[in-house]
Amino acid sequence: MALSGLFLVVFLLQHFIINFSSVVSPTTFNQWSHFMGYNVLVQFVLQPILIFGVVFHFVMGFVLEIQNRKSRRISYAQFKGNKNAPWVSRNMIWSGGVVLFFLILHFIDFWIPELNHKYIEGSMFHAELSDPSRYYSELVHKFESLLRVCVYVAAFVFLAMHIYHGFSSAFQSLGMKKKHKRSLLFFTQAFAIIIPLGFCFIALYHHLVSIHTIVPHA
Amino acid sequence: MGLEINTAKKTSIKLSSKVPQGKLSDKWTTHKSRIRLVSPANKRNIDIIVVGTGLAGGSAAATLAELGYNVKAFCFQDSARRAHSIAAQGGINAAKNYVGDGDSVYRLFYDTIKGGDYRSREANVYRLAEVSSNIIDQCVAQGVPFARDYGGLLDNRSFGGVQVSRTFYAKGQTGQQLQLGCYSALNRQIARGKVKMYSRHEMMDLVLINGKARGIIARDLVTGQLQRHGAHAVVIASGGYGNVFYLSTNAMGSNVSAGWKIYKKGAFFANPCFTQIHPTCIPVSGTYQSKLTLMSESLRNDGRIWVPKSIQDAKMIRENQLAPTDVPEEQRDYFLERRYPAFGNLVPRDVASRAAKERCDAGYGVNITGDAVFLDFHSAIKRYGKEQAHLTGLDETNPEIYMDLGRKVIKSKYGNLFQMYEKIVDQNPYYTPMKIYPAVHYTMGGVWVDYNLMTTIDGCFCIGEANFSDHGANRLGASALMQGLADGYFVLPYTIGDYLADDIRTGPISTDTKEFEEAEDQIKTQIDRFIKQKGSKSVDYFHKTLGRIIWDFCGMSRNEKGLKGAVQKIRNLREDFYKNVSVPGTSEQYNEELAKACRVADFLELGELMAIDALNRTESCGGHFREESQTKQGEALRDDENFMYVAAWEHTGDLQNPLLHKEELKFQEIEVKSRSYK
Amino acid sequence: MKIKLKIWRQEDSKSKGRFVRYALDSITPEMSFLEMLDVLNEQLISSGDIPVAFDHDCREGICGTCSLFINGRAHGPDRLVTTCQLHMRRFNDGDTIVIEPFRSKAFPVIKDLVVDRSSFDRIQQSGGYISINTSGNTQDANAIAIPKADADRSFEAATCIGCGACVAACKNASAMLFVSAKVSQYALLPQGKVEAKNRVKNMVAQMDLEGFGNCSNTGACEIECPKGISLENIARMNREYLFG
Repeated sequence: MALSGLFLVVFLLQHFIINFSSVVSPTTFNQWSHFMGYNVLVQFVLQPILIFGVVFHFVMGFVLEIQNRKSRRISYAQFKGNKNAPWVSRNMIWSGGVVLFFLILHFIDFWIPELNHKYIEGSMFHAELSDPSRYYSELVHKFESLLRVCVYVAAFVFLAMHIYHGFSSAFQSLGMKKKHKRSLLFFTQAFAIIIPLGFCFIALYHHLVSIHTIVPHA
Repeated sequence: MGLEINTAKKTSIKLSSKVPQGKLSDKWTTHKSRIRLVSPANKRNIDIIVVGTGLAGGSAAATLAELGYNVKAFCFQDSARRAHSIAAQGGINAAKNYVGDGDSVYRLFYDTIKGGDYRSREANVYRLAEVSSNIIDQCVAQGVPFARDYGGLLDNRSFGGVQVSRTFYAKGQTGQQLQLGCYSALNRQIARGKVKMYSRHEMMDLVLINGKARGIIARDLVTGQLQRHGAHAVVIASGGYGNVFYLSTNAMGSNVSAGWKIYKKGAFFANPCFTQIHPTCIPVSGTYQSKLTLMSESLRNDGRIWVPKSIQDAKMIRENQLAPTDVPEEQRDYFLERRYPAFGNLVPRDVASRAAKERCDAGYGVNITGDAVFLDFHSAIKRYGKEQAHLTGLDETNPEIYMDLGRKVIKSKYGNLFQMYEKIVDQNPYYTPMKIYPAVHYTMGGVWVDYNLMTTIDGCFCIGEANFSDHGANRLGASALMQGLADGYFVLPYTIGDYLADDIRTGPISTDTKEFEEAEDQIKTQIDRFIKQKGSKSVDYFHKTLGRIIWDFCGMSRNEKGLKGAVQKIRNLREDFYKNVSVPGTSEQYNEELAKACRVADFLELGELMAIDALNRTESCGGHFREESQTKQGEALRDDENFMYVAAWEHTGDLQNPLLHKEELKFQEIEVKSRSYK
Repeated sequence: MKIKLKIWRQEDSKSKGRFVRYALDSITPEMSFLEMLDVLNEQLISSGDIPVAFDHDCREGICGTCSLFINGRAHGPDRLVTTCQLHMRRFNDGDTIVIEPFRSKAFPVIKDLVVDRSSFDRIQQSGGYISINTSGNTQDANAIAIPKADADRSFEAATCIGCGACVAACKNASAMLFVSAKVSQYALLPQGKVEAKNRVKNMVAQMDLEGFGNCSNTGACEIECPKGISLENIARMNREYLFG
């Protein structure tokens, strides 16, 4: 769990940086997105690894959860978990579940149209079919819907909770030394708040952009 | 009243101590090299039962298995680790002289003999002192995390009754660390298959075949099932009998049953009246109380014991009208420092306990019951604080600064004890003195054993607190752990071979014999009787009543009239017990009341023997203080002419008429003096 | 004080258990929690009922025998104490106290509130020792100097009393704190380093075999541990396990 989790955190950071570029420079965003979308190494080596990482992480999460539940056959009539552990740490399965559900939505939202464009319509293998500047407008277009923005923001809140415990927990599972504990805790928890907040910002920003069309299409 | 002491006409042949000849310092070495051995190939065919898994039993079981014997170990606790040795706090003595303050094997031996008021067997004590160093080596190798100094070497502290620092410790829980050490050695043997562990099992009786110990009947405390276990030798390591007082620092389950059962099968019981009352325990606060809590004797290194000089102040403190911190220095009576200037607060336990009782009896007690004295850390906090302030360059004259620093030092030394005190009493001992009062803690008396640690029953051995051998009439602090581990690791494993050498051709012991059947039937009868009888009083009622009788008449101070009365009272109580005790539930289930009833039945018999023994010994020595035998200043007065012996009692079949055998004590290399700590 | 109790009663390991309610009215704040149960049992015995079975022995917080899940927490509401050190002054007049056994698949109930913690023993037997013989013919105790800081940390880990509160409090019933305390005690001492790799491997394997849950680092064990064993030990065990 720890290793796959850390891997996903790295991916998340990468995802964030690219997305954030859309706020700073639509051109850069388009270039990076196009590179990620059509580079063979990214698409056929890194992407399968990522998919494996995601699947491994949630399948293992469920397996461990089932094991953990089995390890106590009769549950307590009264269990004051809040007295000795924070809510987020005790409910990783729920925060994780929400994030997984969001991932499915996200797939339907972004990934399936991408796959359609690349493999059904065939842009992956016919460069003339691909438009290297389509990404930014697609992105802004997506966030026109307030409902979608709300769903995304809600998901990011759960993601934040999940990482808030999960990121530092991964270091504990990997045997973090006491002398590093404080700084790691600070770093991971700051990360868990800043990155999802950033994602929220991106979504909201593009929503505002789309309804006011302050910034012209690139 | 029919209380004539029944003394054996001549020394019993069974009472041969088998102490080897020769110079005291050579005895053990010579003995070890002369006794018979059992070859490794034969050890595989020999079974040994060990009852109890504390420091003595656990270390013995592990070592015997290591040597190659097949061991079956029994404990009533749910895990071998939980034997009551775990609760020992202060430390363990060893004549290492790491400190360089002049310690030696001889000095440790001398202090132990003197501390025991010259009522222990010289050769055994010398051996104990001799092997003490090995214990520390062994434990460190096992990973016992003893306290260390900044140089990385082992740290020592001093303990009551001695003038050197020879006590090794692990904060306030040395017992736990040593116990876990021997539990780990035991676990290693369990993993190897050489020890078969029976936890939650109680030994119900010893089985003799042709006069030899050949097994036990055990009861599985979970299922209630009775089991027969055969072996070539049986080792009893079941601890002391302090729970006869009901309120003691022993664990709730600690009991005398194993020792008592073998007494009734022919083992002699020695000096049962020698019990140790520990001076630093948390005082009793109410009638519901089930247990007394000990505060380590190490606290006396830094704590000063006092009561107010004026009886009026004491009264006001009792009534909560005066805070102890408001009593000015000149109005305090540091009675141990006053009476015993040479040792001060570090006098041996019996002396400290009696002095506290004397003050409380005179009306100077400081808690609501009038049975408590102060243990004050103020001076130590101040002293350490100033030292620290000096070291760190802080203001040595500012009490706020140095007292704070001092509290930190005290915390690092006794933190867990202070926390424990605060939890129980709800007062903060860093700011107000602790209240303490003596409580029963250890029993020096026990099953009589010879130099080989064998009882008067062939093949039945007894080690640790359960036997009588090393502490005489009073045990010094940090010596119980030493004796338990010495017996278990380094003495019994050698000496048992001498006996077992005859058994290499015996073959497995069958439990399908009439002896096992009889023993089992007898236990069944007793259990059925408890279950069937629909009495009206709980087992605890009888235990508490017995405890009160023993505490009042056979406690810190004893006299003829009281003891005679106590014997009668105990007999009456025993009769009442068998008529009116109520044991709910059945025998084929987990039934704690039934287990308790069986134990209390034995305490009710032991209590009488204790009183008879105390009655017989008209001198005062160590923990045994006969009011008839004291100096003008109220110090204990020994009678070496008439009582320089071990009183070993033989069961005659009639509980009221035990037979007294005397093992005369001869001191070869020590001059018997009156014990003075002044 | 008047106290109401809701206690888990279960005849034996095979029966189904249930809660039974009791009321006590002569409780004093100075009583320990177990003394309060003694009072209850005295009452039950005198009215011909079967007393409540609960584990207890030293009653001074060191043997690790007492357990009890009190009002939703292992060893009750206080920190750094075992049930036997908990006092009734921690409760209010008229309170209802819910008492359950420590629950874990690896701690089957024997009767009422008594559970079988022999799984802990088996974990220790799988490697919780240093393989030296007990002859006493080892090297001198001061032959190896051990830095005070290491010795102290080893001691801190060794203060575990094996009560099982960590398992009881963990939402996953994981025994990581218990196992890591032993692993750490030895891993921090030169004497224990020799076998460190096998020890951690075997002890973890046995722990999994016993049916304890997985550690998800919630930290509940550290908070509920009566001896304050630190999570740092779990990290150390993980380190030993992964990189040892």
